[in-house]
Order: sequence, then structure tokens, then C-alpha cells
Amino acid sequence: MSGGEVAVVGTGMHPWGKWGRGFVEYGVAAARAALTDAGIDHTDVGFISGACTIRNGYPGFVAGAAFARALGWSGARIASCYAACASGTQAIAVARAQILAGLCDAALVVGADAAPKGFFAPVAGDRPDDPDWLRFRLLGATNPTYFALAARRRIELYGSTPADFARVKVKNARHGAANPHARYRAKVTEAEVLASPVVADPLRLLDICATSDGAAALVLMRMEKARRLRGPLVRLCAAATVTPRFPDPVLEIPDVATDSRLAAEPPETPFRASIARAAYEEAGVGPGDLDLAEVYDLSTALELDWYEDIGLCPPGTAEGLLREGATEIGGRIPVNPSGGLASFGEAVPAQAIAQVCEITRQLQGRASGRQVESARVGLAVNQGLFGHGSAVVVRR
Amino acid sequence: MGTRRVSAAEGWFTVDADGPHLLGTRCAACGTVHFPPEHGFCRNPRCTGEDLPGIRLSRRGRVWSYTDSRYPPPAPYIARSDPYEPFTLAAVELAAERIIVLGQTVPGVTVDDLEIGREMELAADVLHTDGEHEYLIWKWRPRAWGAGGVER
Ligand SMILES: [Zn+2]
Repeated sequence: MSGGEVAVVGTGMHPWGKWGRGFVEYGVAAARAALTDAGIDHTDVGFISGACTIRNGYPGFVAGAAFARALGWSGARIASCYAACASGTQAIAVARAQILAGLCDAALVVGADAAPKGFFAPVAGDRPDDPDWLRFRLLGATNPTYFALAARRRIELYGSTPADFARVKVKNARHGAANPHARYRAKVTEAEVLASPVVADPLRLLDICATSDGAAALVLMRMEKARRLRGPLVRLCAAATVTPRFPDPVLEIPDVATDSRLAAEPPETPFRASIARAAYEEAGVGPGDLDLAEVYDLSTALELDWYEDIGLCPPGTAEGLLREGATEIGGRIPVNPSGGLASFGEAVPAQAIAQVCEITRQLQGRASGRQVESARVGLAVNQGLFGHGSAVVVRR
Repeated sequence: MGTRRVSAAEGWFTVDADGPHLLGTRCAACGTVHFPPEHGFCRNPRCTGEDLPGIRLSRRGRVWSYTDSRYPPPAPYIARSDPYEPFTLAAVELAAERIIVLGQTVPGVTVDDLEIGREMELAADVLHTDGEHEYLIWKWRPRAWGAGGVER
């Protein structure tokens, strides 16, 4: 299956951190940077695609309009996308489809958030019909609870150790130290990770990504138009979102229980692995073609799961890949050269877009200080709760 | 004046004379068990069943994974104590239903007391109180742990 290609001609970000301002401000900064990078005016954009945040009231739910208004109403078509952590990918996918359908030549994709401190929490109010509300009320199950359940399984199944998890953080912190948009720019040692307080056994504070403010934006363009621009042509060749297949036997945020496997056997390809597979099929590439990947390291242990889920190595062997240095810059297949969520933190609607910004800049040879040599193909994967598994493939 | 005990998870859980039970539903067409109970539509994509009678789930299972919560979760969680005391969570697989159900463990159980595969049984405990009510929730207790949680 081929979904068709569009060009990525502009990238822009607002630095991640805790800045104490509204999400629209961050989004506009990122959008303006992406438009400047593309060398086009806001009024040349035919479609504005906003990734929604649910943490900032009404404008957050209509992110496309919130950004469009702040940039100046231009009469562009718009959309607003909510898919939890996959919101950014959804916004990219919708913009790409508009271009491929011939409805516009250039589209602006924007995601931004101003996250609360500490744990993510559900929207306020008594809402016992909301699964997200219920898992907090009834179980006290925070996001790290679920990361920790997965980490403990990894220890049990594959003999992973807390030191393996710490190595992921050390690698990503080293990468992020060279990224001017990252929130955390300090190198970290394995001992520091292992000495940080336990949040949810076996995971420690430095194993888990923080919540952050931040923004990212992309300008996408019809291939024929983009060919007239100067510089290397970077092509978005897959933007796939897939749901799990019933019965999913893995306990995921925000569920209290898994599907029952009583009436049907789980699918051969587990949900997380199916996410990358959908994007590979759409782009006509495989894991062996990748030069780099940005994966969703909500926890250090989850990054190891992703190595296997995106096909970099067989199940149970991710620690080996990490230890031999294959996934650091200079290795065979660098993972999270941006520094990952470990260095950025979560700014939910922005982060999937930020992953694509990083891969694009890597393919353009503009990732100063963290450049993956001769990078031609990159994969970004993430998982938005409520069944939004998303992946993007970008190539030169 | 005593406080009245009610379920904090209306329709998901009950405590009878013979102990606590998780309440699910079972699709009459395909046999899929749903917990939390599903009313209306079977979640099996190959089934259009809409007849989902209630069932009680097994009260014993084995640990699939476990963790704890060293920092207080945000609202709407209501901490049991001030200062906050960490609690432990276990995801327990019920063999007959082939389903994994997450729950807190009864007080006193730490991650050091658990291992994957350990047999657990359902217990009931107070999640929080508001003066008039004690809101009960299901919890997991290692088998042969002794007391823990509320008893009838
Ligand atoms: Zn059914």
C-alpha cells in the first residue's frame, strides 16, 4: 500500500521547558519558524492543521483555529486533531491528505502545549464515565504505573536490569545536550539515574520523562511545487495510525483491565509492533533501511521495547543493541538523536511533530552537534492512548 | 453513628456474605468476558452480540506485573492517609477469563512481597471515606497473606 508522498519543506520549534505562558504563543513561535524555514508567507498556506491540547480550555480543543487566528485569519482551510499523544501525527496525516487530494499546495501543521507540573491528571470535575478519571480515582494509577508494569515485565521476560534502563537515559541525555530545543541539556551518568528516587518500582525519576511546555511545526508541500525549491528534498512517505487488534493482551493506559482472550487469540503482531509495520508497508521500506529513529521513550524501559517493536532486533535483545552502542549517534542505527522525551519531556500535541522536525533536519544535514552521518531514511513512532498508534516515515 | 459501606465502583464490584466479587459481563453470542462490564455491544470485532448478561469473575489469579506509587497520585485520587503512604499495585491474570485486572494490593504488601506468577486473591478494602460512607474497592491480596482489607 502506498499513501503517496509530500515534501517537508519547513520545520520550527519553540524550546521545551516550563515557561509559564500559553500554548498559542508557543505554537505561533514554532509556526513562524517553520514558515521562515520554508521561505513562504503565512498567507501562502492553504491548510492549517492544529494538534489539540485538552489542558487549556476552549481554544485548546480548536487548536487549528487558535493558531490560525493568532497568525492572522487568512481564509485557509483548517482542521483540529485530537488523538492524545498521537495528535501531532494525526494533524500531519490530515494535512498530507489535503495536499494529496489536490485541495492545497502547502499546509502548516502546528502542535503546542503548556503542561502541568508533576503527573498528568484527567480533566477536573466528577466524571465517572471517563476511563481516564476512573483509573485515577479507583486505582491511583498514574502514567508511570503503566510504564512500570511494562518495565517489570521486561525484567521478568528478558532479564533486563535497572542499569540497562539507566543506559538509555545516559545515551539520550548525551544526545539532548547538543539540541538547543531540548529542555534538559546536562549529561547524566548511570550512577545518577540509579540514585534518583523511585517513582514506580522499578522505575526512578530519571527513567521517566517529565511534563513540559513546548511546540513544533511543519510546512508540508506538494512534491511538484517543492521540487522548485533549493536544498535536499525531504519526503514524507508514510503517516499511519492504527488501532490495536482485539484481543489486546497488554494492559495499556488508561485501562483497568485487558481484553479477555477467551473467545479469540491475540493477533500474531502485537499492537506496538503493528504501528511501525503499518508505516513500513505504506512507505515501502523496512527496518533495515532506517538510518535513524525517533521513538516514544516515555520511560527508559519503553525505549528498549520499541527497538524490538520497530524491528531493529529480535524480542529480548534490545539491551545488547544498546550496550554495543548501535543506537547512539555514530552507531549503526541511532535512536532518539534529538535526545528524545528524556531530554524534552512531554508536550503532548507537539511531540510527534517534534519527532518529524528532528528527522527532517537530520536528513537535511542540519542537526548541528548531533548529526547522524549520511542519514537518508528515518522513522518516528508514538502511541497515543485510547488506541492511537502512529508512525511516520521520512526519506531523502 | 456508623458509616455505610458502598462500592466506589458502582456495578463493577460487590461484597456479599461470601466475600468480594468483580462483576463483569459475558457475551451470549461469542462468550467474550468483559471487565469492566460492557453493556450494549460486545467488543469482539467479529461479533455483533448485544446480549451481555452479568457474571462474577474468578476470585483468584496470578501476578502478571506489579509496581508501586511512591508519590501521591493527583486528584481525583483520594489518599488514604496524611502524610501520604505509598501503595502497591498488581496486575493479576485470571485464568478462567483470560483477562488481566489491575488493582491495589491490601495495605502492608510491598513490591518485595510480590513476584510474577504469585497467586493472589480478591479482597475488599476502604478506598476513601466522606464521613457518611466508606467507599469500598477491590484489592489484591497474596494468597496465604492472612488478614488485610476489610472483612465482613
Ligand atoms: Zn460477542
